[in-house]
Amino acid sequence: MASVTMTVNGKSVSGDVEGRTLMSDFLRNDLRLTGTHIGCDTSQCGACVIHVNGEAVKSCTMFAVEADGAEVATIEGQANTDGSLNVIQQAFQDHHGLQCGFCTPGMVMSAAALLKDNPKPSEAEVREYLEGNICRCTGYHNIVKAIMAASGQDVPAVAAE
Amino acid sequence: MYAFEIERPSTIADAIKALSEEDAQALGGGQTLIPTLKQRLAMPATLVSLTGIGEMQGVCIGDNGEVCVGGATNHATVAAETAASYPGLSGLAGNIGDPAVRNRGTVGGSLANNDPSACYPAAALGSGATIITNTRQIAADDYFQGMFETALEEGEVITEVRFPVPEKSHYEKFVQPASRFALVGVFVAKYADGVRVAVTGASENGVYRWSEAETALSSDFSKDALDGLTVPADGMIADLHGSSDYRAHLVKVMTGRAVTAAA
Ligand SMILES: Cc1cc2nc3c(=O)[nH]c(=O)nc-3n(C[C@H](O)[C@H](O)[C@H](O)COP(=O)(O)OP(=O)(O)OC[C@H]3O[C@@H](n4cnc5c(N)ncnc54)[C@H](O)[C@@H]3O)c2cc1C
Ligand code: FES
Ligand code: FES
Repeated sequence: MASVTMTVNGKSVSGDVEGRTLMSDFLRNDLRLTGTHIGCDTSQCGACVIHVNGEAVKSCTMFAVEADGAEVATIEGQANTDGSLNVIQQAFQDHHGLQCGFCTPGMVMSAAALLKDNPKPSEAEVREYLEGNICRCTGYHNIVKAIMAASGQDVPAVAAE
Repeated sequence: MYAFEIERPSTIADAIKALSEEDAQALGGGQTLIPTLKQRLAMPATLVSLTGIGEMQGVCIGDNGEVCVGGATNHATVAAETAASYPGLSGLAGNIGDPAVRNRGTVGGSLANNDPSACYPAAALGSGATIITNTRQIAADDYFQGMFETALEEGEVITEVRFPVPEKSHYEKFVQPASRFALVGVFVAKYADGVRVAVTGASENGVYRWSEAETALSSDFSKDALDGLTVPADGMIADLHGSSDYRAHLVKVMTGRAVTAAA
């Protein structure tokens, strides 16, 4: 066992973990932050995306020990301080960017990482950035629309309309 | 996963010491190793994380103008920091997997693993790079020894990779859409003393140089120079994503596109 201390959504947290404890399991089982979803556990789907020191990573493909000392952000920390949805989350709601919602935490975290580096992405850049985020419901168009809207751009009349 | 301990040394010397213990294994970005551990295909007693070692991080320009990449540098950093100095390498690194994979996966991990469909082996072989370990320097031509096989010894760590910068280069990848690895990928690099062509994703022996194309392109660096060449399907990978004939065909098509796009 090793003890880890990190900042999660602005709060300092500590815990004792095994070497093999995945970051996703530490968040979900130890911290009870179950907004980070596990869709595949094989590094493919992106439902588990969180930010570690500002970078988007798949929390199912990182050990909790590796986040010792890091700044971590999860979906639970994304809402505005008054509890209302942030710009990206609100855009997902407005543009029907989710159906079952399972992929949504990872989609929102990936979108936030994209917009931090590239505040006005093109539609093609949004689609490319989401290559590692799989959605079984929406067909992606409304997710792309939501992210375009969240970046303050015109929502494209995407294919299939 | 079986149980193991994780060590996080901050110097190469401490990492080598930790790796000399029984059943210790290096951990780079974990983007290959963690899925392997989950499948219980590996059973290390200790993982020695290399990503906290400052002397293995980052990109710089060497004395002879070559691009030097620390062995634990992630793909996103390489993509960003070689955009001006070596655009062909930057383009390759920036197209590996997806953004989250690129934020963790490292050049050393990719070259140590030598997956037959991985991208970095094509850049290293196509650039005639030097793989630097804690004990020696290995020329890329001697380093790759077949599918998942390399010249690395037990416990040896890739600390740095040096890429000579070509006049023009490009990596053209036909993406296998499920895995995002290369179904076939070709790295073409034009140096003052000749052209190098490295092919990944195609051969059952892993990455290789297509020497006929190198000769043809060295005298005429254009797609048309490849017209008379054929790629035999013998020894090419065949799986549900593509037959060996299909892969052989793609080798020539991807090489032509890489030449046309080279900058
Ligand atoms: C969804 C997904 C998509 C991907 N797509 C691509 C792609 O398109 N193209 C591509 O090329 N790759 C792809 N990858 C693989 C990715 O690039 C990996 O990061 C890489 O292959 C392994 O690097 P790593 O740092 O994660 O190594 P790890 O997984 O940590 O380690 C891999 C192996 O290398 C050893 N090792 C690690 N670092 C060193 C070192 N410095 N010296 C010696 N040995 C070392 C480890 O002991 C282990 O045996 C993909 C991975 C995923 C999960
Ligand atoms: S649960 Fe991590 S990528 Fe699917
Ligand atoms: S909304 Fe159901 S998986 Fe994306």
